Amino acid sequence: MRPLAAFEFQRVSVWRVDRRVLDDVTARIPAAGITVVAGPSGAGKTTLLRLCNRLEIPDAGTVSYHGQPLDELDPLLLRRRVGMVFQRPTPFPGTVADNLAVASPGAGSGDMCTALTRVALDPGLLSQDARTLSGGELQRMCLARTLVTQPETLLLDEPTSALDAQPKLVFESTARGLAAQGITIIWVTHDDAQAGRIADRVYRLRDGHLAGVSVEEAGEP
Amino acid sequence: MNATVSWAGLAVSLSLVAVAAGISWWQRLGLQRQILIAAGRALAQLLLVGAALTLVVSPGRPIWWSWLWVAAMLGYAATVARRRAPEVPHLLGLALASFTAAAVVTLGVLFGLHIFPLNGRTLVPIAGMMIGNSMTATVLAGRRLTDELRDKREEVEARLALGQPSRQAATPYVRGALRAALTPQIETTKATGLVFLPGAMTGLILAGAAPVQAVLVQAVVMFLVLAATATTTVVIALGLIRRLFTPDHRLVYLPTPADH
Repeated sequence: MRPLAAFEFQRVSVWRVDRRVLDDVTARIPAAGITVVAGPSGAGKTTLLRLCNRLEIPDAGTVSYHGQPLDELDPLLLRRRVGMVFQRPTPFPGTVADNLAVASPGAGSGDMCTALTRVALDPGLLSQDARTLSGGELQRMCLARTLVTQPETLLLDEPTSALDAQPKLVFESTARGLAAQGITIIWVTHDDAQAGRIADRVYRLRDGHLAGVSVEEAGEP
Repeated sequence: MNATVSWAGLAVSLSLVAVAAGISWWQRLGLQRQILIAAGRALAQLLLVGAALTLVVSPGRPIWWSWLWVAAMLGYAATVARRRAPEVPHLLGLALASFTAAAVVTLGVLFGLHIFPLNGRTLVPIAGMMIGNSMTATVLAGRRLTDELRDKREEVEARLALGQPSRQAATPYVRGALRAALTPQIETTKATGLVFLPGAMTGLILAGAAPVQAVLVQAVVMFLVLAATATTTVVIALGLIRRLFTPDHRLVYLPTPADH
């Protein structure tokens, strides 16, 4: 039996004025573990990810989440089920607690401390101005902010590309821990070494095409 | 004493234009032609408007002529706003809507509550001051909001990705744009009378009105401009949000000004 799909892409294309960013992509992204979408820059990886929480919509084809076409789902509810961490950290003005409150205004300090602990950040940082955090801490705060909405799936768009080696490894192990807790993770990277460390399977994108879906089962999560 | 200007006086005042052009020539600014064209154009426009106003507001003329004049001003102001900020999408329609909303609010209060009697001589100049003085703030609010949403796209999308509706995700940037657009008008209002004597009051005093009467009219005009500025900017900002986000809460592509 095929593993349960989180996302299914059926003949999905995205066009810009001058070119096709994604060209007739068909793929199933399983719900379990970490799926890495690899490929050179400009291959359409980020666009593929942004289609998953409807920050973009396809010009042709359909994207489904757990069997339901995305255009039939409430985008606001979808985005709380499918969280996203961007390539560059995106702190909002204010403290770490203020940032987490944007995701969930009703969150108490207990929920916030839990979210920080899940990403290996000291809960004592809650009262600190978010913009004073280091790059690695900031990116993990963004991950914690996303976790406050209790997503089933995380979309990670090259989240460690601006980080040094050590914070990069910390982020990777945090993500592996979240995958082990049952969160579906789709991780975009152009770093093959990283893909080797974290992926349960790797999809390769080249010039908007899924160039041979290479499934590298790196072990069950 | 009434300060009336004769045609001869007007001709002599052109020497002031010569002063400006002379400075440009002396400092080799190359602006002499521009200065002369600007002065000539302003004079021609004013004479034309004066002639047209004479027709529109002359006693016995039906008031709808004046309303027609106001409608034309609203339309023209919207095209000027569009020209001044081509990078702001849909600005023509939004500016027209915002100036109209401000006209309804301000003229409604001023004439509905009988602060001024409603006739051509009051309607046309008051509407003109309202539109003219809220133009800069309107353009500023539209431009600032568009710039913010374009330059901080990642931050805006991070908010959307957390499940915030577009209206809520845009709130910090709407607030920033409205503050930026309203602050100069608030500062101007604060400094009125101390730092400068505003046009309406100066005009009334020159025309022989009692200073206290001139002050009362000026105060009303200042409040009119404040209300108009707040109304136009909020209509522009909220209208833009509806245009810059799709109904399914995506931020549309915003080209950089260099692309225009």
